[in-house]
Amino acid sequence: MKYSYYPGCSQEGSALDYGKSTGAVCAALGITLNPIPDWSCCGSTPAHAVDEELSAALCARNLDIAAREKADLVVTPCPSCLSNLRTARYRMRDEKFRERVNELLDSPAADELPDATSIMQLIGRLHDAEDISARVVKPLKGIRLAAYYGCLMSRPARIMEFGDPENPTLMETLLAACGAEMVDFPIKTVCCGASAGIPERPLTAYNSGKILELATKLGVDAIAVACPLCQMNLDLRQKQAAKAMDLNFDMPVMYFTQLMGLAMNIAPEHLGIEQLCVKPAALMSKYAANSANGGEK
Amino acid sequence: MQKKIVLRNGVYMMNSIDLNRSRDTAFIKEVERISGQDISSCYQCGNCTAGCPAAFVYDRQVSQIMRAVQLGLKEQALGCNSIWYCLSCSMCSLRCPNMIDVALVMETLRHMARHEGLVTVPKMEKFWFSFMDTVRAFGRTYEVGTMALFMMRSLKFTTDLDLAPAALKLRKLPFIPHSAQAAAGKIIERYRKRAKEEGVRP
Repeated sequence: MKYSYYPGCSQEGSALDYGKSTGAVCAALGITLNPIPDWSCCGSTPAHAVDEELSAALCARNLDIAAREKADLVVTPCPSCLSNLRTARYRMRDEKFRERVNELLDSPAADELPDATSIMQLIGRLHDAEDISARVVKPLKGIRLAAYYGCLMSRPARIMEFGDPENPTLMETLLAACGAEMVDFPIKTVCCGASAGIPERPLTAYNSGKILELATKLGVDAIAVACPLCQMNLDLRQKQAAKAMDLNFDMPVMYFTQLMGLAMNIAPEHLGIEQLCVKPAALMSKYAANSANGGEK
Repeated sequence: MQKKIVLRNGVYMMNSIDLNRSRDTAFIKEVERISGQDISSCYQCGNCTAGCPAAFVYDRQVSQIMRAVQLGLKEQALGCNSIWYCLSCSMCSLRCPNMIDVALVMETLRHMARHEGLVTVPKMEKFWFSFMDTVRAFGRTYEVGTMALFMMRSLKFTTDLDLAPAALKLRKLPFIPHSAQAAAGKIIERYRKRAKEEGVRP
């Protein structure tokens, strides 16, 4: 099976650390990531908020290049890109819709566009928990984590096909295989406020605040995430969320790939750990203590 | 802050639907056609509203909007602020017992409102335009550019300035665009040209 990699714009900016850690973990797992040549933005929320044909055209261009490269599957770390790519592919099956979209492209898109999946699902598909465990060198023993998926990873359910749309468990499986203690996190798919952070701050601050509040009450060492926008809202905007809730937070928010990378003994600087806004000090000292003990599983 | 939100919510919840207006049946059919959803199957259980993360800023709740569409109250459905604040998280669609894709109905209403030139919450649209302008120019998102354009459009020059020190230190939001890619820009140009020709808001 041939994969094409669609990094998504945030991997070059606000989610540099997600890009780094995804690359490092995939390399360690023997997954080759070949980027789609000359890939362009999927349009994210703004494109489909304005027009669904515009959004589909921006996505179809990338899927079409992947099709010409004979890729069977497009894989992306970003749930927003994934949602747009999958929605575009789904809607392009409608002939009228496809015609309207093709008008916006240089040349009409291929009739059969490749399917798209997330890095998390690809890792889960190629490596089961036992296999991941076998690759763990420095287990995340004693580290308590809450897995937070955000809204787009599993919804709309008929398009995303990501297990139970309100209670996905793949991230827990992967991180538990790395030795972490996963807590039940009932609001794991409740929206963080998404892209409203800039135009309407309370909408994001309050929703992110509720997620940070519950994670704090559960006493986790970090929230594990898979979405660049969730990460930014919960980490960079953590003070805004604290202000909205009239609370104080000191909650690290890390990409699941960063956590997997640590367990697989990849150096923190190759995982972008230093680029987190809220430093995972307690987590890193537990991690260091674990490895000093010989990394017992 | 929390208190204020509850208060706002309380005030907004006072809004009611005026049943004395005439029923615009063409509008109902149009919403059903574009969204592909069977609006009449909504029986007002309120599950969509109960799970909505943006409910506290809405002037009309999702279930009320569904009712307005059922009754053909076009102005009520297209004139609310809710269709602009919707986060497209699809929790409403997931929890609808009648399998209505409520989020898609909300998006459909927003598109219809735009086509009629009715923009109740301009700052949301200004943000989307700012984002799309950077994609048009560079082919990929450029965060700092989006922010600068939004500040100019909305005249809110202090938007997120509190984040600048941390963002700079982490070297996550570069001041120079990280790409030069022309294809996406061409798609956006074509889309805007076509919308103009068709007489709809691009």
